[in-house]
Amino acid sequence: MDFSSLIDQIGEHTANGLTKGAIYALVALGYTLVYGVLRLINFAHSEVFMVGTWAVLGVYTVLGATGGSGVGLVILATALAALAAVVASASTALIVERVAYRPLRKKNAPPLIFLITAIGCSLVLVELFGHVFRVFFGPPFGRALVSIPSLIDTEVWLDLGKTSITNMQIIVVVGAVVMMVALDTFVNKTRLGRGVRAVAQDPDTAALMGVNQDRVIMLVFILGGAMAGVAAILYTMNYDITKFDIGFLIGVKAFTAAVLGGIGNLRGALVGGLLLGVVEVYSSTLFSSNWEDVTAFVVLILVLMFRPTGILGESLGKARA
Amino acid sequence: MLLQLEDVVLAYGKIEALHGLTIDVEEGEVVALIGANGAGKTSTMRAVSGVRGIQSGRIIFQGEDVTKLRADQRVRKGLSLAPEGRGIFPGMTVVENLDMGAYTRRDKPEVGKDFDRVFDLFPRLNERRKQIAGTMSGGEQQMLAIGRALMARPKLLLLDEPSMGLAPMLIQQIFTIITEIAEQGTTILVVEQNAKQALSRADRAYVLETGRIVKTGTGADLLDDPSIREAYLGVA
Ligand SMILES: Nc1ncnc2c1ncn2[C@@H]1O[C@H](COP(=O)(O)OP(=O)(O)OP(=O)(O)O)[C@@H](O)[C@H]1O
Ligand SMILES: [Mg+2]
Repeated sequence: MDFSSLIDQIGEHTANGLTKGAIYALVALGYTLVYGVLRLINFAHSEVFMVGTWAVLGVYTVLGATGGSGVGLVILATALAALAAVVASASTALIVERVAYRPLRKKNAPPLIFLITAIGCSLVLVELFGHVFRVFFGPPFGRALVSIPSLIDTEVWLDLGKTSITNMQIIVVVGAVVMMVALDTFVNKTRLGRGVRAVAQDPDTAALMGVNQDRVIMLVFILGGAMAGVAAILYTMNYDITKFDIGFLIGVKAFTAAVLGGIGNLRGALVGGLLLGVVEVYSSTLFSSNWEDVTAFVVLILVLMFRPTGILGESLGKARA
Repeated sequence: MLLQLEDVVLAYGKIEALHGLTIDVEEGEVVALIGANGAGKTSTMRAVSGVRGIQSGRIIFQGEDVTKLRADQRVRKGLSLAPEGRGIFPGMTVVENLDMGAYTRRDKPEVGKDFDRVFDLFPRLNERRKQIAGTMSGGEQQMLAIGRALMARPKLLLLDEPSMGLAPMLIQQIFTIITEIAEQGTTILVVEQNAKQALSRADRAYVLETGRIVKTGTGADLLDDPSIREAYLGVA
């Protein structure tokens, strides 16, 4: 137990935790949106994130952007990579919905079948990048860790004595919060958002209002996918890596964050994500990094013992009740 | 003819709830559907609104076969249902619920007029615009459900037991409002267990027994019918 190190560097650790947590929170939104509307845990969502990270690498490679590139190219490459990640992730999410889930819904399949299908989709996507693409296109596809060029150097933007906050940390946290606010506003204030909430609350009655359920479901997958795409560009900018199975652990953590905050609740995803990130970093300082993942789940179990519905605990539909 | 049901059969799994129903509603009419618990009144409303598909028969609305259309598509054609047990969105405010009623509409100024009209019919809703619907009283929720159905500006308004669970005073009031809506030009098909009120307000009525129409006639005729009086009005 290394209390002194934790206390001494509390600002630094908190900043690291919030950065990690912001990524979890963005990915958690996808779980929460889909769960809110379909009561389905979309286990393929971790791969929706993973595909986004590869899209970033793809754009950098095509443009030949590296750490030494000029300012113009860096800005262009970053913007295009962000766009590509969002499009790739949203498309992946949409394809999974159209190809796998919708046919099952039309057949009124039981929940267990959806769950198995979700896990199946996840495996297919992982193997696509870990094996199939390698066979056809060679490296960097495959099972090795791949580094992604770091276009923007990490600099200290805020020096608060013991704590120094980097540009990357600020970009990640601010980027995540802005996306969350935008999504929250969309869901709560717009006509389409109201349709999403209506389907989440009561699909039959929503249909009686003229809401096309399939379109709402597609929208929800696209929105969740887009958020995972944003998470992917922020993640790669900060950590400079990807891998065929990079989605797994982040997906599990993001799902944990969603449950922690109250699955189905958008603001809960933010709270759960940030909390989880901070707890992880604190515990890895306090004990050792091996304890990081364990602590995350201990926290989850403790919260759920006392508050089974999560911290904020309402559904997407009742988010304002 | 605004609405025609031709030999509609609706089943839940193996249990058939409607055994070949034929019902017509003319433009401008108020038509009541009465019957005991479990007779199939709600099932009829589900068939017409499209919440449930039917096994055989046809549903024709404004001369168009809508049998194969989903519920949300039928709303766009001009059908609007205030479902049994209200079915409001409990987590949304009164205004948001009403907005949901106008979900398919793009004519903003006209939607504004319908807001005024609904608040005119139900002053109670006007006082509670920002209230979360789930926290309102049963009667208020019923008003909201009817108001919300009106926000679609339907050609045919379907009401499933609008008086359910309401105090006698409020039942009177709801039926007066229904009559008012009809006078403003909306055709209405209303399901009721409160046969006396329904028959005295309706132009015509159908009597449903275990999934079959057993009688039909004008509201006044059925009110005078001895067998109806005995079975549904509690008069020997
Ligand atoms: N979802 C369902 N699944 C199975 N059976 C159903 C379902 N809904 C209704 N039924 C059955 O269909 C029959 C007709 O039911 P319905 O709800 O249409 O009656 P109702 O006339 O509306 O009755 P009430 O006056 O009680 O509302 C009943 O026997 C009922 O048990
Ligand atoms: Mg009923």
